[in-house]
Amino acid sequence: MFKLIADTLLSQVRTLWLVFIKLFQKKDTVEYPDRKPYMFPRWRGRIILSRDPDGEERCVACNLCAVACPVDCIALQKGEMDDGRWYPEFFRINFSRCIMCGFCEEACPTNAIQLTPDFEMAEYVRQDMVWEKEDLLINGTGKYHDYNFYRVAGKKIEGKDKGEALNEAPPIDVKSLMP
Amino acid sequence: MNLEIGSPLSIGLVLGVVIITAALLITVERRLLGFWQERLGPNRVGWFGSLQVVADMIKIFTKEDWIPPFADRFSFVVAPGIIMSVVLLSFAVIPFAPNIGVIDSNIGVLFVLAMASLGAYSVMLGGLSSDNKYALLGSLRAAAQMISYEVFMGISLLGVVALTGSFNLREIVEAQNDGWYIIPQFIGFVIFLIAGVAESHRLPFDIPEAEQEICSGYHTEYSGMKFGMFFVAEYIGLVLISSLITVLFFGGWLGPNFLPPIIWFSIKAFGFIAFFILLRAAVPRPRYDQLMSYGWLFLLPVSLINLLVTGAIILSSQ
Amino acid sequence: MIVLFYIAAVVAVIATIAVILQTNIVHALLYMVVSLLAIAVIFYVLGAPFAAVLEAIVYAGAIMVLFLFVIMMLNLGQHTRNEEKSWLTPRGWIGPSILSGILLAQLLSVMADLDQDIIPKQVGVMEVSALLFGPYVLAVELASILLLAGLVAAYHLAKPK
Repeated sequence: MFKLIADTLLSQVRTLWLVFIKLFQKKDTVEYPDRKPYMFPRWRGRIILSRDPDGEERCVACNLCAVACPVDCIALQKGEMDDGRWYPEFFRINFSRCIMCGFCEEACPTNAIQLTPDFEMAEYVRQDMVWEKEDLLINGTGKYHDYNFYRVAGKKIEGKDKGEALNEAPPIDVKSLMP
Repeated sequence: MNLEIGSPLSIGLVLGVVIITAALLITVERRLLGFWQERLGPNRVGWFGSLQVVADMIKIFTKEDWIPPFADRFSFVVAPGIIMSVVLLSFAVIPFAPNIGVIDSNIGVLFVLAMASLGAYSVMLGGLSSDNKYALLGSLRAAAQMISYEVFMGISLLGVVALTGSFNLREIVEAQNDGWYIIPQFIGFVIFLIAGVAESHRLPFDIPEAEQEICSGYHTEYSGMKFGMFFVAEYIGLVLISSLITVLFFGGWLGPNFLPPIIWFSIKAFGFIAFFILLRAAVPRPRYDQLMSYGWLFLLPVSLINLLVTGAIILSSQ
Repeated sequence: MIVLFYIAAVVAVIATIAVILQTNIVHALLYMVVSLLAIAVIFYVLGAPFAAVLEAIVYAGAIMVLFLFVIMMLNLGQHTRNEEKSWLTPRGWIGPSILSGILLAQLLSVMADLDQDIIPKQVGVMEVSALLFGPYVLAVELASILLLAGLVAAYHLAKPK
């Protein structure tokens, strides 16, 4: 009985003391708007559309990101230029639905859609959370500086015929009998 | 205007200082809780968060004061007023300093106990008139807890009363000139501390308003200024319990001469306020049946034995 | 002081009448608390501060709280209010009114004979205690034995099986 009382009472006193000395210890709070936290480069935040090193849009409107998106927040429409390049006529991300999962970035074959370490995108009007292509496009290459899809892909565009891409063998003439 | 017991200046001073202290405690408690939980607490409004009180008050005053249509209007409106007036009336007998106080009563201790027991009505009526199951549960718990712990509170005080031979709080303070009652009455002090926390139903004994179990307990349906009165009355109760402990066990205004008596009183009382906030930060809430059995099976016998031993010692030393 | 006495007396009488006439039980209980507190004020004015405070602590503070506690457990609503209203018929008043009228007449006649003024005489805690543990110690002990019996019985009833 007395041991029990002593144990419980002393443990309460010890608890109080341990909590009390927290008064003089360093606090864990980061005073956010005054002191910005360090954001890691691979943080999954605001989504951007990047351009290739030549300054052209990387997005080829393949719709893979829209398919991969678990909350269906991406909408886009394919268009085709005269030179054979594909591009999105519109590209719309509804950030009020987006969960920043990064699946679109993984699905993208051209490294066009990328996630950035920016998270401060609160809005007062919900409609302002829907970003169009003009809002999403940046004047840069994002995380992949040298990558240019049309330079490595076999797609024929003006000025680059089949077989002229990097590391691409010339096209095989299927009508020829030669090996 | 001179400062003496019962003069208008003295009464106004007591009333004003008590209410302002209680209001300031809203900020002080949140800051201290923050520090003790490795946070910073509210520090955005004003200099180091000093104007947080003003912001909170503006919020409470401008909120919609809503009375549920199913509530019993009369009791619903009366309830917050009761607790406010009861805790403020209790300060009438507290001796702050030799010349500051409202009345010099021969039944001071009993008066405080009477006011504490009347405070139970506010909580019970608030919960009952809300016509809400959580409020009803909260007020049931509050009623049982408050009338139980009044008993131990009263008995633990009787040791001090027996040593002094008076119910007058001023005489109790003056009798502590030779030594504070914390030393001969340590057990009484501990019981009074525990019962005081339970009586003002603050954490860790805030079972009547346990947020995790019963929403917000008896003031679930209250909003606006009526909630504010419950809220501020809790802090005034905290100040009251701290002042009582100071008066009964720590020699009230007594202290070395280099500071005026009222400063000594404030220092001691604020120490206990901080201690109660520390209790809130550190100790988890017990279960309801644990609280009741702890009271009746442990505190009651211990306080009775304490009274018995005190009486025997007084008798044998005469 | 004597003005306080009359004010408190009027409050007590009005509150007590309201206790009887009130159909909402919670309100009736509140009026009863007010009545008890008014009687406490009367005690204080008449020079018995100890009795006044005990009235507030024991009756208003503990017993009435227990009443309210029990009322909370009961499921009261409009139907009990209607029931109460149906009991308050003039026919039900006749008997009690006659009886209390007789008592009132007796009281008034006794009071008319008394030509003493109400002279408040302070009876402190010390005097009350000295009386309780002096001449009346047997009554105190008997009462405490009764309370002890109640305590033991309550413990027995509440003991977990």
